[in-house]
Amino acid sequence: MSKVFRGRVIVAKKANGTALVTRQGFNTLASFYRSILKNATRAVCSDQDNPFLYKKPLTDKVICLPRTIGSTSAGAVWEVVAERKIAPKALLFSGAIDSLAAGGVVLADLWIGRPIIAIDQLGDEFLKSVRDGQEIEIQEDGTVIVH
Amino acid sequence: MKNQKDENSLGDLSWVRLHLTKEEERILRGKRGKMLQKVMKTVVHYAQACGAKKLVPIDGAAHLVISQAFPGLGPRMEMVEELVRTGLRTKWPFTVDPRPLDFENMALSSRQKRIFQKWYRNQDDFEKLLKKLGLRNNSAFTCTCYLPEVGNIPRKGEVLAWSESSAVIFANSVLGARTNRNGAIMDLLCNLSGRAPYFGLLTDDGRRAGWLVEVRTSTLPDPQLLGGAIGKRVQEDVPFIAGLDKFLGRGLKRKTRDFLKDMGACCAALGACGLFHAENITPEAVERKRDLLKKDFRRYVIDDEELRKTRKAYPVLWMDKRAKPKRCLIGCPHLSLEQLNWWVTKIHGALRDGGKSRPDIEVVLFAAPEVLKEFRKNQRVFDKSIASGIKLSPSCIESFMNNPLVAEEPIITNSNKLRAYTTARFFLDQEILDIIADRRSNKAGRA
Repeated sequence: MSKVFRGRVIVAKKANGTALVTRQGFNTLASFYRSILKNATRAVCSDQDNPFLYKKPLTDKVICLPRTIGSTSAGAVWEVVAERKIAPKALLFSGAIDSLAAGGVVLADLWIGRPIIAIDQLGDEFLKSVRDGQEIEIQEDGTVIVH
Repeated sequence: MKNQKDENSLGDLSWVRLHLTKEEERILRGKRGKMLQKVMKTVVHYAQACGAKKLVPIDGAAHLVISQAFPGLGPRMEMVEELVRTGLRTKWPFTVDPRPLDFENMALSSRQKRIFQKWYRNQDDFEKLLKKLGLRNNSAFTCTCYLPEVGNIPRKGEVLAWSESSAVIFANSVLGARTNRNGAIMDLLCNLSGRAPYFGLLTDDGRRAGWLVEVRTSTLPDPQLLGGAIGKRVQEDVPFIAGLDKFLGRGLKRKTRDFLKDMGACCAALGACGLFHAENITPEAVERKRDLLKKDFRRYVIDDEELRKTRKAYPVLWMDKRAKPKRCLIGCPHLSLEQLNWWVTKIHGALRDGGKSRPDIEVVLFAAPEVLKEFRKNQRVFDKSIASGIKLSPSCIESFMNNPLVAEEPIITNSNKLRAYTTARFFLDQEILDIIADRRSNKAGRA
């Protein structure tokens, strides 16, 4: 049975995608930097400290996360993964978006013109119930349907 | 951020939910030029995403993370060129993170060198552009800008828009300045606009602690391990750390400053922590004591066993886990002058005790250009570094290790931050000295 959650829109766009879930903070630089350095056409998570995501593909996934963590280089990371078309399709935050992710998705949208959907404040229940591989439907008003 | 195209039309500010001053409104309407309008629009969107209600003026010089002409680790050249062309400049000269390259002091194979040369082919041009945007000078490249030799030291209460996670947490916690953890590029844009979004660590409420961390170890814990454990647990929250004064004493001495520098860097790298309070030590904790704790604070006790478990969970990413280390890299974040003196003296002593004059592995200590300049003035210790074959570098270890051919090497470090981002293997200071002096039965392999 589908579950419906409502969040706050940071960057809006209608989309569908497959969930990739991390129940710990998403370390943006640690996750993407090897793919960036290799000039990869698909990003694979290189964060050795994240057992939920390590070595899993990130590109075009709907990443469900509590927040992002780690280096402040993250702003430039989001911009470049958007530019190289290796970004996730969406970032769905259970809590409030953090400053690094907020800055990154704003830059990707306004300076690169390739928005990464971002919706925050979906609630703890969202992160508790969503599982890897589930189909997610995102609407422009911040509604998220987990199928 | 709906209807981006509509927003571009001059005068349409219907999307703005912030309270803006008249001047900010004029900028946003394009009265101060198209580029500043775009910069301000980006800052306003950022502020709104972060839940800010207004922007506030920035009081002092910036420290920015963007020192590298490498997409993803710094801004795109096209963007920087665009900003320079329009004549935008920060109000105060800024410092930036370390340079990525050091061919002079690091032993590199020609293949390793070629990779760096290819990656950083635009570095010189990039630095010229940074100067046009307000970079202080050629020595302004370090992640420890707040050290006295470097001198980008904000005052207590000063509003800033800094990046570099280790510098942000130091400025907030040890100096009592106020900055959020701004990401690369957004740091620059905020400082070009002269404004920071008012939320989080800029506010009194955002500086209150959600965690009481009780340090109950038998001896002074390793700052890198302690910071890693705290960051991993509290994530983006503010910890109030009790029990460190038992080992470090009250107030801020130089040794305490260096401990907090390294601990803070790991809190930030392994979590998203931008501020900590240390009981009876850091300025706000001295002033407000446990009133800084939120009503519903959580508790985390750190004892010897907790640190042992923390360390045990760190994976070893060397291809051959029993390999003999090839390099030892120390100084992420950059070492202070006192730390530099300590390491050189200790390494020199360990080699002498082990009957060796030079280590079998390359040992490099990293510090700010201005700190290295001061270090070289102390002839006695500087001579020891030369005699012990220790190399000194003002560059960034993390950037060095980004090179895939370097990452393949068995490299040891005492930096938990470096461990988290690279394949370097973490050891405590004393273990590092033992490895350098060849006093371990099977080097790193049996750690």
